[in-house]
Amino acid sequence: MQEILRELEERRASARMGGGEKRIAAQHAKGKLTARERIELLLDEGSFEEYDMFVRHRCTDFGMADSRPAGDGVVTGWGTVNGRMVYVFSQDFTVFGGSLSETHAQKICKIMDMAMRNGAPVVGINDSGGARIQEGVASLGGYADVFQKNVLASGVVPQISLVMGPCAGGAVYSPAMTDFIYMVKDSSYMFVTGPDVVKTVTGEVVTAEELGGALTHARKSSVADAAFENDVEALLEARRLIDFLPLNNREKAPVRPFFDDPAREEPSLDSLIPANPNQPYDMHELVTKIADEGDFLEMQAEFAKNILTGFIRLEGQTVGVVANQPMVLAGCLDIDSSRKAARFVRFCDAFEIPILTLVDVPGFLPGTGQEYGGVIKHGAKLLFAYGEATVPKVTVITRKAYGGAYDVMASKHLRGDVNYAWPTAEIAVMGAKGATEILYRSELGEPEKIAQRTKDYEDRFANPFVAAERGFIDEVIMPRATRRRTARAFAALRNKRLENPWRKHDNIPL
Amino acid sequence: MTTSRSEAAKPFRSLLVANRGEIACRVIRSARAMGIETIAVHSEADRDAVHVAMADRAVEIGPAPAAQSYIDIDRVMRAIEETGAEAVHPGYGFLSENPKFARALAERGVVFVGPPASAIDAMGDKIASKKIAAEAGVSTVPGHMGLIEDAEEAVRIARDIGYPVMIKASAGGGGKGMRIAHDDDQAREGFEASKREAASSFGDDRIFIEKFVVGPRHIEIQVLADRHGNCVYLGERECSIQRRNQKVVEEAPSPFLDPETRAAMGAQACALAKAVGYESAGTVEFIVDADRNFYFLEMNTRLQVEHPVTELITGVDLVEQMIKVAAGEELPFAQDDIKLNGWAIESRLYAEDPYRGFLPSIGRLTRYRPPEEFASDAEVVRNDTGVAEGGEISMHYDPMIAKLCTWAPDRDRAVDAMERALDGFELEGIGHNLPFLSAVMAHPKFHSGDIHTGFIAEEWPEGFSGVELPAEARRRIAAACATLQRIEEIRRARISGRIDNHERRVGRAFVVQVAGESHPVTLEAGAGGTDVTFEDGAVMRVEGDWTPGARLARLTVDGAETVLKVAPRIAGYRVRHRGADLDVRVYTPRQAELAALMPEKQGADTSKLLLCPMPGVVVHIAVAEGQEVEEGQPLCTVEAMKMENVLRAERKARVSKLHAAAGDSLSVDQTIMEFE
Repeated sequence: MQEILRELEERRASARMGGGEKRIAAQHAKGKLTARERIELLLDEGSFEEYDMFVRHRCTDFGMADSRPAGDGVVTGWGTVNGRMVYVFSQDFTVFGGSLSETHAQKICKIMDMAMRNGAPVVGINDSGGARIQEGVASLGGYADVFQKNVLASGVVPQISLVMGPCAGGAVYSPAMTDFIYMVKDSSYMFVTGPDVVKTVTGEVVTAEELGGALTHARKSSVADAAFENDVEALLEARRLIDFLPLNNREKAPVRPFFDDPAREEPSLDSLIPANPNQPYDMHELVTKIADEGDFLEMQAEFAKNILTGFIRLEGQTVGVVANQPMVLAGCLDIDSSRKAARFVRFCDAFEIPILTLVDVPGFLPGTGQEYGGVIKHGAKLLFAYGEATVPKVTVITRKAYGGAYDVMASKHLRGDVNYAWPTAEIAVMGAKGATEILYRSELGEPEKIAQRTKDYEDRFANPFVAAERGFIDEVIMPRATRRRTARAFAALRNKRLENPWRKHDNIPL
Repeated sequence: MTTSRSEAAKPFRSLLVANRGEIACRVIRSARAMGIETIAVHSEADRDAVHVAMADRAVEIGPAPAAQSYIDIDRVMRAIEETGAEAVHPGYGFLSENPKFARALAERGVVFVGPPASAIDAMGDKIASKKIAAEAGVSTVPGHMGLIEDAEEAVRIARDIGYPVMIKASAGGGGKGMRIAHDDDQAREGFEASKREAASSFGDDRIFIEKFVVGPRHIEIQVLADRHGNCVYLGERECSIQRRNQKVVEEAPSPFLDPETRAAMGAQACALAKAVGYESAGTVEFIVDADRNFYFLEMNTRLQVEHPVTELITGVDLVEQMIKVAAGEELPFAQDDIKLNGWAIESRLYAEDPYRGFLPSIGRLTRYRPPEEFASDAEVVRNDTGVAEGGEISMHYDPMIAKLCTWAPDRDRAVDAMERALDGFELEGIGHNLPFLSAVMAHPKFHSGDIHTGFIAEEWPEGFSGVELPAEARRRIAAACATLQRIEEIRRARISGRIDNHERRVGRAFVVQVAGESHPVTLEAGAGGTDVTFEDGAVMRVEGDWTPGARLARLTVDGAETVLKVAPRIAGYRVRHRGADLDVRVYTPRQAELAALMPEKQGADTSKLLLCPMPGVVVHIAVAEGQEVEEGQPLCTVEAMKMENVLRAERKARVSKLHAAAGDSLSVDQTIMEFE
């Protein structure tokens, strides 16, 4: 009997060694942790329950029959993050370079099925050389199976990808379909075709890091939501992200004890808006002064900086924030910022996370670059996302809300639940100067007249009260009271129920 | 001693404060307490300023630049007329020592809360004031004012004065035509050299000689005089901690003076005040050498910035006395009534970034939380300020943000109180000198009182780059951070949606990394505190009521009151304490093991980049891509705070890429160009 028990221990020990000491050392030498070490950091200490430890591949071609390590290059199972359940798969680069085989894919699919059934997020840790070439089409099929699971799980449970090594070719499409991607600087990269192919086909010379490194994807492509210095930081920040997210689409956003007065007043916000309307201010200050304990987890902070997206907590509960950032491009909407915010709004809506929208938007960015790039359809994504969202929506207009951008930014007309404005708000079709130049084109030669007309327009529309008269604004609030007012607004919306008409699915302008 | 203010009839109906910022607030505070209606003046930029909100009434007097508002006599006079102010307090700076202003007020029958114009006149001129002082029996720097014929006469005079002496060109400046001589030979050579230099540089070879005071201290006497012939001195202030003639830290009394010297200086200061018919509060500045010889420097005919330290050790409200004296009242005390009680220190908080050569910094105070003011028999914390959170530090005015003062029965405790008060001062949004002030407080020479006007220049010759905390302080921070982290982790583990009965248990073992050291610790939380055990068996108890998310941790660590500014960062905190700015990591032992496997990453190599040293606008790019530049060659001009700063090549290089063009607005550390 003892011997049988010992055999289990031996088999486990052997499986835990993955590709063996030498490969583990090589992994460390690259500044990377092993698949199991990563899981240890992601999950609460001692909480990991591993499945399919003894799965081996069934390939016999190209000498593969001689090498059938237990686990087959991916570690799967579940554990907890601060006591909440999370499923995880972690590719093991020390076993066949983490390459994906049919059985490797089956392991991933298995825990994704479990996650969907049991209502818990899936965290995928990617570190793989790609397809198991020896298996040919079986491996490709495996990829597609995973893709299909990603698609089905989307909007059912949160899916988070931590790309911590190579992820190239078709492999990129699994993380691409998850909700969030974290990458590690210098040791991870994602691209559809690598530098060698790029050089062969286009003659372009580029390094892997430049082509698909963490910074490239965090800053340029927006594929990544954040880039971290190393594995440890990425994993600890993934825990922080998970703390903001509900476990599945049937649950409310999590609540944790908080130590900040929901009625806290911030007198300094009364002077946040500069006297000069063309002077920018940093919207981060407003976000952090509204948030519990000033804690703001910003997503895609390095991309389309003219809009901020991320999570805060109010009274301990997660709230998604979308905010125009006047510091960058005057906070205007453009292709990138619309795409960034639209995807974020849809994530929040899918997972019952209330949305706080802070508005200071002068309009859409003009120009051929934008029009040729399809700003019409990209801008429509954000409009669409807000319009279809049924979660509690609270909006605060701090300064400019001009033109179509006013409508887009969670306006009353898009079923905003509570729409506030600061006394400094200017809700109008456009800025006073632009408006008078159109309305009084014939007087353009007379600067004095135009100045008077501009002033008239300003007096009429550069305030929140015209909108408030129509009920487009529910209340004009003191800036200093913004935290209290928004917290109370969301408190009043806790039992909100709103459903969109039945349909197979909508047809957002992708 | 304190002066009673309740029974006295109010000296004026209304008082206009012709100033801004902290001093305007300071004056308004006393005036209000006396029941006087207060009137503020302000520029366009100061509409929302604290002093405007504090005053009963406020008048806008002009655009932001002080020349068109606060120091424009006509505009200030108009405000006075409009409001019918009965008296005017000028504060310091601006119009406070402008005799024209004092006369303009007198002409209109408005009371100037300050000395008579004649006294301002008399003390306004450096040479004339020295003569008056000498005539009044005030000791002045020994020297020869007349012309010196030849080297031998120079030697004779030098011997009379006593070495070392300074030989100076009469028309000199900027160190030219200036020599220090320690003996006859040096005096001879110095005279000839100075004369030659003076002739060639200034076309004026007149030379004079005076005593050279080695390592002088700056010590000043506060006087208070009324128009009934009474004059008292309220002890001294030591203001030797200066940076480029800008006072940084002041204290009262001076750790250097003995009662005899103090009495002698006080008597001379009063004699001078009487000689010029002084009324109101004034300050006589002296330099003091190592042998306690003191020499008159100048007299400031106004309230000094650093007056609070005098108030703290004498209990006299100087502003109140100034107002009463201006109304013709007699001083309510005589010299014998003035007792110096305890020790007071003032730290001037400036919007200057010590890590960047004390460059001025402007912007919004996104966070401004000074330590709480309080007064007890054991300690006083006082913060004179004119800003609030959300306020703007503007380029138009003085970069001083606040004057933080502490008082305690003795100097050590006053310094200790200041260190804690600085630790608890939260300030974000702009660069500021808080860490530098902490560094001064922690300096052994400051502790021992061994200071002189060259202290900062000598102790930080290369500028300020932060503070390295002693090992014991680092351990206290480690113990504190482990405790905070555990509290934070316990909160994290109480999130909703946990699997019942399978909750996370937060461990007791942590590894804290501070300044390159690793401290494995074990925590034992008990009633009222956490015992943190280090590897060597030492135990530190951490007590406090910190809650997760709070940015200020007021703790008692190992019996010592410890105030830390803590901002969350990945796996730990950014901790600011005693001038140090630390990235502290708090790991579980396993996390620490794995973190040790992570590669040390070099910060991005910026040696081949030209980075913008301050926020500003590019005026001009002087080079083109591909151009070879020599060391010292101008590369580009950046305008910041109305100053054009020319950035030069540090070495020979070739410009590979330009990242900015004329007209671009740059933030700090933004790349301007790259080199090959």
